[in-house]
Amino acid sequence: MSDPAGGTIDLAEEFLGRRTPMQRIQVTLHRYPYLSPLIVLIVALVIFALINPKFILPGNLSFITQQTVVIGTLAIAQTLIILTAGIDLSIGAIMVFGQMVMANLALTAASNATNFGLPPWLAITIGICASILAGAINGFLIVKLSLPPFIVTLGTLSVFTALTLILFKARTIQGPEMPDLLKVMGVAIKIGSFQLMVGVIVMLVLFAVFTYVLRMTSWGTHIYAVGDDPQAAELSGISTKRVLFSVYVVAGFITGIGAWIYIGRTGAASPNADPSINLDTITAVVIGGTSLFGGRGTLIGSLLGAFIVVVVENGLALAGLDQAYRVLAIGILVIAAVALDQWIRKVRA
Amino acid sequence: MSTQALALEPLLTCRGLVKSFGRVIGLNGADLDLYPGEVLAVVGDNGAGKSTLIKCVAGALIPDTGDITLNGERREFKRTQDARLQGIETVFQTLAVSPALDIASNLYLGRELRKPGVIGKVFRMLDKKRMRTEASQHLQDLGIGTVQSITQTVETLSGGQRQAVAVARAAVFGSKLIILDEPTAALGVRESARVLQLIKDLRDRGMPVVLISHNMPQVFEVADRIHVQRLGRRAAVVTPQTHTMNDVVAIMTGAMTVDEKDQALGPVRSAN
Repeated sequence: MSDPAGGTIDLAEEFLGRRTPMQRIQVTLHRYPYLSPLIVLIVALVIFALINPKFILPGNLSFITQQTVVIGTLAIAQTLIILTAGIDLSIGAIMVFGQMVMANLALTAASNATNFGLPPWLAITIGICASILAGAINGFLIVKLSLPPFIVTLGTLSVFTALTLILFKARTIQGPEMPDLLKVMGVAIKIGSFQLMVGVIVMLVLFAVFTYVLRMTSWGTHIYAVGDDPQAAELSGISTKRVLFSVYVVAGFITGIGAWIYIGRTGAASPNADPSINLDTITAVVIGGTSLFGGRGTLIGSLLGAFIVVVVENGLALAGLDQAYRVLAIGILVIAAVALDQWIRKVRA
Repeated sequence: MSTQALALEPLLTCRGLVKSFGRVIGLNGADLDLYPGEVLAVVGDNGAGKSTLIKCVAGALIPDTGDITLNGERREFKRTQDARLQGIETVFQTLAVSPALDIASNLYLGRELRKPGVIGKVFRMLDKKRMRTEASQHLQDLGIGTVQSITQTVETLSGGQRQAVAVARAAVFGSKLIILDEPTAALGVRESARVLQLIKDLRDRGMPVVLISHNMPQVFEVADRIHVQRLGRRAAVVTPQTHTMNDVVAIMTGAMTVDEKDQALGPVRSAN
C-alpha cells in the first residue's frame, strides 16, 4: 500500500465492518427471528429429557403434539393479525363459537332440542363460515370504524362468548352424539409407538401454506408492509384497509379449521372450552419472535413458540413441579421474548 | 435559452385547489402548471402549501374543490394508486418506504411481479429473482445505488441510501411525470449532486419533474421555471434567468409582489 490516503481509508473500513460479538448476535437474530425460539425449544427439550427420561418417550412426544395442535393452528391466525400490528383477543371465543355451531348442526340425538341433523360436511362448512363471519365482524369494526384491534376484540370476546351460551344453552355435546367426520381430526395414525393425530398434519399443512403465502405472494408482502408502516404502505399504493380486513377474514377461516381440530382433540364440544387459549396463542406468537409492533416475524417462529408453551408446561409437570411454577415459567418466557424483540429492533446496519 | 413563453399545452394543470385541515387552510385556490419536458421547482416558506399541493396531485390528499387536469383530461385521484396508474410517481418527504422489507420488495411494493404461467396466475407466486435482478439493474443504471445487497432490509440502510431507493422507485415507474418532495433533504453533498444529475437526466429523457426544495442553489441549478407558493396560493412563476435568489426569497416572504397577470409564466423549454 504505497498511497497513504488509500491506507487510511482501508483502516477506516476495517473499523466500519467490525462488530462486537453481541452485535453479531443482534444482527443474526434480526435476520433470522426464529432462531431464538428454536434455541429455547432445543434447550428446553434437552433439559427436560435429562430431568425425566419419560419426557422423550414416544407416548409423551405424541401427547405434546396433541397438546400443541389447537394453540398452533390458532397461532397461525394470530401471527397474521399481529404482523399487521393488531391483536385478536377474541380468537378463542370465535373457535368455541365455531365448534358449537358445527356440533349442534350435526347433532342427531333425538333427545336434543336443537336437533338440526345436517350432514356432517355441511355442519362443518357452516361452522367454518360462522368463524369467517366472526372474523369479518372484527375486521369491519377495525377497518370501517377505525377502532383499535385491542378494544374491538376485547369486546367481541364477550360478544361471541355470550352468543355461544345464548344460542346453544351452555350444553356440552359429548363425542358419541356427534358423527365421525366431526371427530376425524382426533384420529391418530400410529407410527411405531408414536401417534400422529390427523389434526397435527392439518396444522402443519396450514403452516406450510401460509408460510408460502407470507413469503411468496403480494398479499404476504403487503401484510408486512402494512404492519411495518401503514402510512408508507398506503402512499406506496397498497390499500391498507383492504389488507387489514382480509387478514381478519382469513384469520376467521383458520380459526374455523381450529374449531374442527378442537372437537377432534377433546372428543367433545363444550361452550366453556379452555379460556386460556387466547393468551396461549399470543404467548406462542410472541415467544416465536413476532413483534407486537407489527411488520416483523415468521410463522415458523410461532410454530416453535406454540411447542415451547406446551413443552415447558409438560416438562415442568413431569419434573414434578406444581402448576403455579409452569404459569410462572411461561410468564418469564413472554417477558424475555418481548425484551429480546426490543433489543433486536435496535439493530444498526 | 430564451425566457419568452413558448406555445405549448401544459401536461398538468391545477386550478383553484382548496384544501383545509380543520381550521387550518393548506391551499387557498392554488394553481399549478407543468409543461412537457421541464423541471418545475416549487418553492415557498414553511406552511405555504407546497407539500399539500403536490400531495393533491399525487393522490395522497383529496382537495376540497378545484380541478386537476392531466393531458387536458380532468382527473380525480382518490388514492396514490390512482395517480400512479396515470403515470405520476412521487417521492414523498417521508419517503414512504417499508423499513422491514428488502430493497427489491420496496421498489416493487404495490406492483409486484409474478411468475409467468400457472404458478403466477393460480398460486400467485412472486418472481423474487426477477425483481431482485431488475431492481439492482435499475439502481445501477441510475447510479444512485451503492448498497451491499439488494436483499438488505431498508432499515439497515443510511438515510441517503433510503432516499436513493425512494427516488429510484419513482424514476423507474414514472411514465408521465415525477414529483420529488425535498429529495436532497437527508443527503450529503455528493449524494445531492447525484440526485440533481438524475433530475437532469430525467429531463433529458423528456420526463417532466416537479421538484420541491428549500435549497435555492439547487433550485437555480436545475429548474427551468420556479413556482413560488405563498399563503396557499401561487405568488409567481419565475425563471433562474429573469430573477435572482434574493428576488425569489422576497416573493416567498411577501416583500415583493408580482402582478396578478404575471403570476403564470408559460413554458420556457421546448419539449424534445
